[in-house]
Amino acid sequence: MGLGVDIRRKLKGFSLDAAFSIEDGVLGILGASGSGKSMMLRSVAGIDQPTEGRIELSGRVLYDSSRGIHLRPQNRRVGYLFQHYALFPHMTVAENISCALPRDHRRAKVDMLMGRFQLRGLEKRYPSQLSGGQQQRVAVARCVAAEPEALLLDEPFSALDAGMREQMQLELQAMLRDYGGPVVLVTHDQREAYRLCGRLAVFEAGRCIAKGNTKELFTRPGLVQVARLTGCRNISPARPLGGKKLLALDWGVELITDRPVPGDVTAVGIREERWVHAEGLGAVNRFIISYLERFEEMDAHSARVLLSDQPGAASLRVRLPRRTQLPDALCVAPEDVLPLRGEV
Amino acid sequence: MNISPVLISIRTSIVSICITFVLGLMVAKAVAAIRRPWIKGLLDGLCTLPMVLPPTVAGFFLLYLFGVKRPIGQFLLDYFGVKIAFSWEATVLAAFVLSFPLMYRSARGALQQVDSSLLDAARTLGRSEMWVFFRVELPLALPGVMSGAVLAFARGLGEFGATAMIAGNIQGRTRTLPLAIYSAVAGGDLESAQDYVLILLGVSLLVVLGMGSLSGNRRSLRRRGEG
Repeated sequence: MGLGVDIRRKLKGFSLDAAFSIEDGVLGILGASGSGKSMMLRSVAGIDQPTEGRIELSGRVLYDSSRGIHLRPQNRRVGYLFQHYALFPHMTVAENISCALPRDHRRAKVDMLMGRFQLRGLEKRYPSQLSGGQQQRVAVARCVAAEPEALLLDEPFSALDAGMREQMQLELQAMLRDYGGPVVLVTHDQREAYRLCGRLAVFEAGRCIAKGNTKELFTRPGLVQVARLTGCRNISPARPLGGKKLLALDWGVELITDRPVPGDVTAVGIREERWVHAEGLGAVNRFIISYLERFEEMDAHSARVLLSDQPGAASLRVRLPRRTQLPDALCVAPEDVLPLRGEV
Repeated sequence: MNISPVLISIRTSIVSICITFVLGLMVAKAVAAIRRPWIKGLLDGLCTLPMVLPPTVAGFFLLYLFGVKRPIGQFLLDYFGVKIAFSWEATVLAAFVLSFPLMYRSARGALQQVDSSLLDAARTLGRSEMWVFFRVELPLALPGVMSGAVLAFARGLGEFGATAMIAGNIQGRTRTLPLAIYSAVAGGDLESAQDYVLILLGVSLLVVLGMGSLSGNRRSLRRRGEG
């Protein structure tokens, strides 16, 4: 059962090597643009053909290079939500949805879907007459109408403005909870991945460099690239100093983590929002700081600060809850000091 | 004025535009699907060639292929008893060959403009390739396809050089309007020539009007498409 993918695709100057499986729930594929996420998704849908490998869905083989199997997209029962929704511009909303339905009971089913996706009253509109959010609802309704055994979502919120994005994320989350099958959501937005995906696979340059429980990957990224893609903006080369200590070379300070630091750690990361005012906390990871730049934002202060007065020390970003005075000293909890491997 | 050139021209241009329309669309679709760039380039060039050749040169090649003593002409005569050269069918052949590139190129351009994710979306929804073509690809490409067809029709109607080469100028059989104008002028019958010219002028004006309304359609479709 579930969706199993293990494919390779070789092109000039780029190779894709992806392997993952998912039973149900939402798997996020997080990666920068050009990391091969979309190509992978297209291969699963049958729009692209990989060079070799195997794709299985609910016990059916969709693709197997060793046996020469390459099912056409029509026969895969895989739903694909395109980045810009790919609604047929010359058909009305009702026509777009009924495209995906078998002939019998078409009208009743369209009506049911229109109700379920809050589209009542828009039956006769053309896609260009809809808001971005409505367009997405139509696209999702059309996708679900075909009763796919797996859903693939390609950057589903990238075409929406910020306000609508939040609203549609909530709606999609509710829809995905009802949908029983496996869902793969491709995104480059770490917030989206964190909100919507139970599990996560991180892609870089066509390879899956990490996978696991989303919350765990965010709290313990382990690799420099994963830390970066999950939104950690402060990363410094580091050297383990034995025990739970390590030396952050760019920032010129010693940091203490919550666990013994392995010998192969090469870097350290601290998320900007994890720094706190150093009042109550003890003396662990406490630094007298100097400010380079500060920005006052609606909900927070963000700033670039130096942790040490060593010559050549690099600055890092901090984001503090809004208060009247910026503190002279900051600290960070040991569990928020992330030891990382890999090249900075 | 002898009415027969008018009737011959109407028959020829209608039959040839039907063939050109279907074949042009099919070949455009087939060439677009070819993956190897050099084969694609070669076929593309071959399909465009009659457009850039002088019509008499195209006619010469047609005569070279379809003449009674030439390979294709001989084959058709031996096995089907059909003689192409200097028959009414030759006027259709000439009009088709010379108008085909216009249809082919417009259709190819118009099909290429259609967002391929729409076609992929229809496929993942379980729709057959036939459905995808007739319900999504063709309707969205229609304004471009139709303006190609109008151009091709006009080209076929006005065809002179190649027709004269392969079909000749036989009164009542292969003398189309352009040839009749030429013959009338050559014979000093300017009055008939004027009548023929007025008929062609009328049709040309209709074609221009047709093109205008098509591009109007195209604009409104784009408006619907983009919002």
